[in-house]
Amino acid sequence: MAKKVALLQGNSACALGAIYAGCKFFGGYPITPSTEVAEVMSEELPKVGGKFIQMEDEIGAMASVIGASLAGSKSLTATSGPGVSLKQELIGYACIAEVPCVIINVMRGGPSTGMPTGPGQSDVMQARWGTHGDHAAIAVCPESCQEIFTETVRAFNLAEKYRMPVQVLYDEIVGHMRERIVFPEPGELEIIDRAAPTCSPEEYKPYDAKSDTDVPPLAVFGSEYRFHVTGLNKAADGFPTTKANLVAFEERRQIAKVECPEARADIESNEEYLTEDAEVVIFAYGSSARSARYAVNKMRAEGIKAGLFRPITIWPFPEKRVAELGKQVNSMVVVEMNLGQMIFEVERIVKNDCKLAGVFRVDGDPINPGEIMAKVKEVL
Amino acid sequence: MAERYEIRFSGAGGQGLITAGIILAEAASIIEGRHAVQSQSYGPEARGGASKSEVIIGEDPIDYPKATIVDACLAMTQEAADKYAVGIKPGGLLLVDTDFVKNPPKGDYTIYDIPIMRTAKLEVGREIVANVIALGAMIALTDVVKRESGLQAVLAKVPEAFIELNKKAYNLGFEKVKELMAG
Repeated sequence: MAKKVALLQGNSACALGAIYAGCKFFGGYPITPSTEVAEVMSEELPKVGGKFIQMEDEIGAMASVIGASLAGSKSLTATSGPGVSLKQELIGYACIAEVPCVIINVMRGGPSTGMPTGPGQSDVMQARWGTHGDHAAIAVCPESCQEIFTETVRAFNLAEKYRMPVQVLYDEIVGHMRERIVFPEPGELEIIDRAAPTCSPEEYKPYDAKSDTDVPPLAVFGSEYRFHVTGLNKAADGFPTTKANLVAFEERRQIAKVECPEARADIESNEEYLTEDAEVVIFAYGSSARSARYAVNKMRAEGIKAGLFRPITIWPFPEKRVAELGKQVNSMVVVEMNLGQMIFEVERIVKNDCKLAGVFRVDGDPINPGEIMAKVKEVL
Repeated sequence: MAERYEIRFSGAGGQGLITAGIILAEAASIIEGRHAVQSQSYGPEARGGASKSEVIIGEDPIDYPKATIVDACLAMTQEAADKYAVGIKPGGLLLVDTDFVKNPPKGDYTIYDIPIMRTAKLEVGREIVANVIALGAMIALTDVVKRESGLQAVLAKVPEAFIELNKKAYNLGFEKVKELMAG
């Protein structure tokens, strides 16, 4: 049987991806340009026995998502940069309490209210460091409606597997445009559910790590497995502690569970286009990568050995591969709809191995291929 | 490099031009199995009269998702024509509503006109189908999808009771432009 296809907006694709992943709870507060995610979730969740709540504000929405997830439901919220700012306190809570959840950020400009209806990519550092304190981050950045679907599914898998909040960032352009989606059949994409405890309720400790990179199983809160949840540094049993060795172990483990080599290899996902023999590589993500691919094709036709490196997982940063490319190429050009954010990560990795330049834009218009080509020709 | 064909539908908000763009994108990407991206005016740009919907169609995946220089443009109102009939490719096409665009902006493109709203009102009897007439007309003008694909996409969108009405509207739009081009 032919697969089901439809022409869908990116935001609709996101919601349907969440349903495919087994999401059963959405708590949100409407904000442009993400509102359609909430709209579609409010239609779809009741059909699968899920619950939709429009909360009183952004932080309330994040609280509802954490509560629902602890109670055993895969949980989602969708917002834009200003909403993510308001959620930060509880994103940190979800990090330290190790609560799986997915946060969609349909990016517009900023700071503050900025330009609500314009596209932006200026929240990529917010996704990494928005909440205070040392913590790991996982964020993915799809470039098309189909990829919004599949990356939303992957975001749920990563949240469940690593027991933490995962952010999906895409900009207004991809959120609102329509493209064909080919729906995966049930079972076609891998679906990961959080590990459940195998011990008895009496023996259960919510942070009983077996190693310094371990992700302990999470019981359903409210079941016979009783445990304490707090934003304080805590011991294996979930109760607060100030014991130096326990605090250091937990702080380090919660980062290492994402940044150890095995986890990085599992979480990282990049697309490379014509990079094998490239003398100049364009580093671009989200909708800017589409402009970059167009530019690469045009430049190849002119005989310029250009290639595209597109991180789909932006956090953790793809350090190893960017380092290799830095040694291979003459120049790297970072293209982003902000005034220079990821370029500093690229610089941190490539150091002086190649020339580095950026193409930045924050006026509400997408970066067009002509701007990218002009910069490449300037640096080559 | 991937060939891309860019079409813009423009007019007043509420004339159904965003829907016309969506239907064209469905005809190309769902029915014909090619690639299409549809986008539309949004936010402050969408308020205050003129509105637009753009469709990019290609044989390969569409990379840059916004219009660069459009191959063909429809303008249903003078305001839309003044605002959006810029950036038409040299040798491109502009279709306007005869009664509502008295002064189509001149440029290095061919201008055609048919009375879209009048046809909807007098020949179909429902102004609401003006966007379907416009869609039929733009498909006839550009050949960007097959006539049958456009019709099939229209009919997939409308309730049973309105099938004949929309079929008539689509065919009228298509044929009026074909006559004009033959003449």
